[in-house]
Amino acid sequence: MSTFNSADIAAFKGGVWVFCEQRQGSMMPTSFELISEGRKLADELGTKLYGILLGHNIEGIAKELGGYGADGVYVCDHPLLEHYTTDGYTKVICDVIKEYKPEIMLIGATNIGRDLGPRCAARLHTGLCADCTHLDVDMGIYKDFLREASTLAPEKIDALNTAIVLGEKHDVSRDLKMTRPAFGGHLMASIICPRFRPAMATVRPGVMKKAPFDQAKADACEIIKPEFSLTEDDMETQVVEVVKAAKKLVDLIGADVVVSVGRGISKDVEGGIKLAEELAEVLGGVVGGSRATIDSGWLSADHQVGQTGKTVHPKIYVALGISGAIQHKAGMQDSECIIAVNKNETAPIFEIADYGICGDLFKVTPMLIEAIKAAKAAK
Amino acid sequence: MKIIVCVKQVPDTSGKVAVNPDGTLNRASMAAITNPDDLNAVEAALVLKEQTGAEVVVVSMGPPPAEGMLREIIARGVDRAVLISGREFGGSDTYATSQIIAAAINKIGLDEDDVVFCGRQAIDGDTAQVGPQIAEKLGIPQVSYAAEITKEGKTLTIKRMLEDGYMTIKVNTPCLITCIKELNTPRYMSVGGIFECYEKPYEVLDYNALKDDPLIDPATIGLKGSPTNILTSFTPPQKGAGMMLEGADKETCEKLAGILAAKHLI
Amino acid sequence: MDFHLTREQEMVRKMYREFAENEVKPLAEELDEEERFPMETVEKMGKLGMMGIYFPKKYGGAGGDVLSYAMCVEELSKVCGTTGVIVSAHTSLCCAPIYEHGTEEQKMKYLPDLLSGKKIGAFGLTEPNAGTDASGQQTTAVLEGDHYVLNGSKCFITNGTVASTIVVFAMTDPKAGNHGISAFIVESSFPGFSVGKKEKKMGIRGSSTCDLIFEDCIVPKENLLGKEGQGFKIAMQTLDGGRIGIAAQALGLGEGAIDEAVKYTQERVQFKKRLSQFQNTQFQLADMHTRMQAAQYLVYAAACKKENHEPYSVDAAMAKLFAAEAASDVTRRAVQLFGGYGYTREYPVERMMRDAKITEIYEGTSEVQRMVISRAMGVK
Repeated sequence: MSTFNSADIAAFKGGVWVFCEQRQGSMMPTSFELISEGRKLADELGTKLYGILLGHNIEGIAKELGGYGADGVYVCDHPLLEHYTTDGYTKVICDVIKEYKPEIMLIGATNIGRDLGPRCAARLHTGLCADCTHLDVDMGIYKDFLREASTLAPEKIDALNTAIVLGEKHDVSRDLKMTRPAFGGHLMASIICPRFRPAMATVRPGVMKKAPFDQAKADACEIIKPEFSLTEDDMETQVVEVVKAAKKLVDLIGADVVVSVGRGISKDVEGGIKLAEELAEVLGGVVGGSRATIDSGWLSADHQVGQTGKTVHPKIYVALGISGAIQHKAGMQDSECIIAVNKNETAPIFEIADYGICGDLFKVTPMLIEAIKAAKAAK
Repeated sequence: MKIIVCVKQVPDTSGKVAVNPDGTLNRASMAAITNPDDLNAVEAALVLKEQTGAEVVVVSMGPPPAEGMLREIIARGVDRAVLISGREFGGSDTYATSQIIAAAINKIGLDEDDVVFCGRQAIDGDTAQVGPQIAEKLGIPQVSYAAEITKEGKTLTIKRMLEDGYMTIKVNTPCLITCIKELNTPRYMSVGGIFECYEKPYEVLDYNALKDDPLIDPATIGLKGSPTNILTSFTPPQKGAGMMLEGADKETCEKLAGILAAKHLI
Repeated sequence: MDFHLTREQEMVRKMYREFAENEVKPLAEELDEEERFPMETVEKMGKLGMMGIYFPKKYGGAGGDVLSYAMCVEELSKVCGTTGVIVSAHTSLCCAPIYEHGTEEQKMKYLPDLLSGKKIGAFGLTEPNAGTDASGQQTTAVLEGDHYVLNGSKCFITNGTVASTIVVFAMTDPKAGNHGISAFIVESSFPGFSVGKKEKKMGIRGSSTCDLIFEDCIVPKENLLGKEGQGFKIAMQTLDGGRIGIAAQALGLGEGAIDEAVKYTQERVQFKKRLSQFQNTQFQLADMHTRMQAAQYLVYAAACKKENHEPYSVDAAMAKLFAAEAASDVTRRAVQLFGGYGYTREYPVERMMRDAKITEIYEGTSEVQRMVISRAMGVK
């Protein structure tokens, strides 16, 4: 273990990498978000940005990544990579990373990314920060972010240039600052990986903004086919089948309007959900729910907004009978306009609501539906 | 056959959460609970125990008071508990933590037909990293996000959830499975289990107990063994309060609809 | 008296709370509204050992103690008085007399199914003409060869329609008065046994309260509990234990109403203030809490004495008297704090008030408890 703390990080000059997840040959939207974010980081570091794409017969979807900022894509095509397996994907990615030595590796924090990321980080012996919501390299930009998004004192932010690493001062200016919520969103933390490379992060889907697509850049995107070996012997798990959910899942992240319900509907769950559906329909949106509604089995898990659910920033977010626990706020507080209806006037949701109505959702919502219908008709 | 379940004691972040002036969490003010997903892992183990007669061992890393949580888990029907506890282990990130827990599992002994269960993620850190990293350190396959588990002989068949559906995966023992709440409903402690739980075997593994494992070295555990460092932690600012509309009547709703229309939101 | 709970008692209380909150509370309103017996809850409680808390594992019990049993009834009753009395009547009035007075054969035959909740127990003492004056038993038992023949009827029998094992009292020697009463273990499948009309009640409406009818009911000789003529003593001892259960039920009902009132008064706004900001509310709640706390001390003290095999008859009477009257008072005050909403079925406090009233009546009225207590004081 003598080499444990002495990785040669200067040797990692392979640029910024993004694991570009595809399922059944279709790129996951978060891959484009991460390529767009990765472009920013690569520019701050003055290095190149590459995607790494695994699968079978997937070369055709690689170049599109260039349109969002990738200089090139490492394409690893193999029949055994057709479906995601922890063993197959980890082996290929780790082998290719050891060869090309990227500085940074970003992975979408999907159910697959959060399976793959930790396994790779453990094998590569490097640090991984989970489910990040903000990434920076440039200190100026990072400090501006802190001034905006934290309650830290300005002088503390100004002085933030080093970290104590193994008892010594370490200049963090070239480290990836990976910021993420912890303790259910009560606390944010910026994590660095000062002694090992690549610095790895899984990034929460829906948080990073997708850049505009540029066809010329897509055409110019370089396709690299690294050598790797993968045999049946490497596979310890066997995928028997992959099933897409028959029911269409709610697309909370892409919705312009989200009408969410909380514990307040408990006295008439069906009626409460029906009201939310009606309101969502007149507003042109979808129904979401707080953790309580999912835990009680009133709504399926794909409806959950909040720390352990989805992060949304719709134009209108309506919270019906949601008290506004911090976990819930973490998933919706960046919405453009928040409307809250709650019986309890001291409910924390009113602290962040743009418009609050203190009243029974079962009485207020029908009136609101009518009023909005009328307002739309009058337009 | 033996089933090892990894659990963590966490502050209950669903209630009021206090943050110290320096931006760290005031843990003393919060109730300590068993991480919710870990209870699904315990339940999965107990179900498998009922089917196979396997021994179930619960493992946790934490300070000595975590014994109370482990006794409660025994009261649900687990056979024995192991607490990994020592000053040397403090400050560990997920990487170092997984080294330590993997060493403890080696110490307990992981045989050909054994299974390790973990919860998907802990509600304090929400990383979901320790399970897969333990599997890597033990050199065994992992299946995460398990929503259904069946076992036949040495083979486990697992329904592994994806955001848009699921995969069915077959894996042989020994392996590590991370469990989600859709998998089952954790049972309660039983009255009989409670009145027996302090008589069941309980073991504490400290640094000396684990130090001979190749995974354990002063440089591989605690702060020194952690590849990540916290640069800073902070509380996010609250979005300013908006407007409370007076009254919960028709007039108020019409006023709100008017505002939304004026702002071109509808 | 030291009320320091053991770590096991702390743990078991936590488990009762979780169970009550998740499994019992969501059903409470429906059970009351529809007068439905919660068989599914009994099944769950059976699996968790809650139907045989303080009995030895040898007989299928959970190996706990009497205080843990009282806490169970308390925690259940905080959210549902019906569920509380089901456990109390089953445990104190059926399992306890069989355990305390039964032969080894009777215990091995009946306790495992009762303590695991597979079967529900009841207690048949009260008759239309023998209520508070239990000595006026008119049900008779006549020995004919290898069995007794029972004739008569019982009324107000808690768990009556669902019980399969019932401890029944009958006159074997009508001339001997109290000393002519004997106790029997009756199975609901015995020929000549039937269930009569079900009562419509003011409170604890999910609990099944009914008449039991014995028409030449054949009870095997070996089902005599204790000896012939010991029935009245067995009944009185059983009721001493039962009073701990009912006192715990009252305790829970009062505490549950306080929980609801504290929550409500912090939400409800009148005159631009939360109700909890008015001094009247604060003082009311303080008095309510103090009364229930005093009740808790009495109930726990009685439970600990029973556990330690000390005489506890007077303690149980005082606990039941005080807890029942406190519960009636506290639940009534809770309704008052809720105002108009408290009178509606939208909130649980009116149900708690209705449920609480019975605790002043059954298993010995408050007047009977006063008789027990004053007699023990030597007041004649």
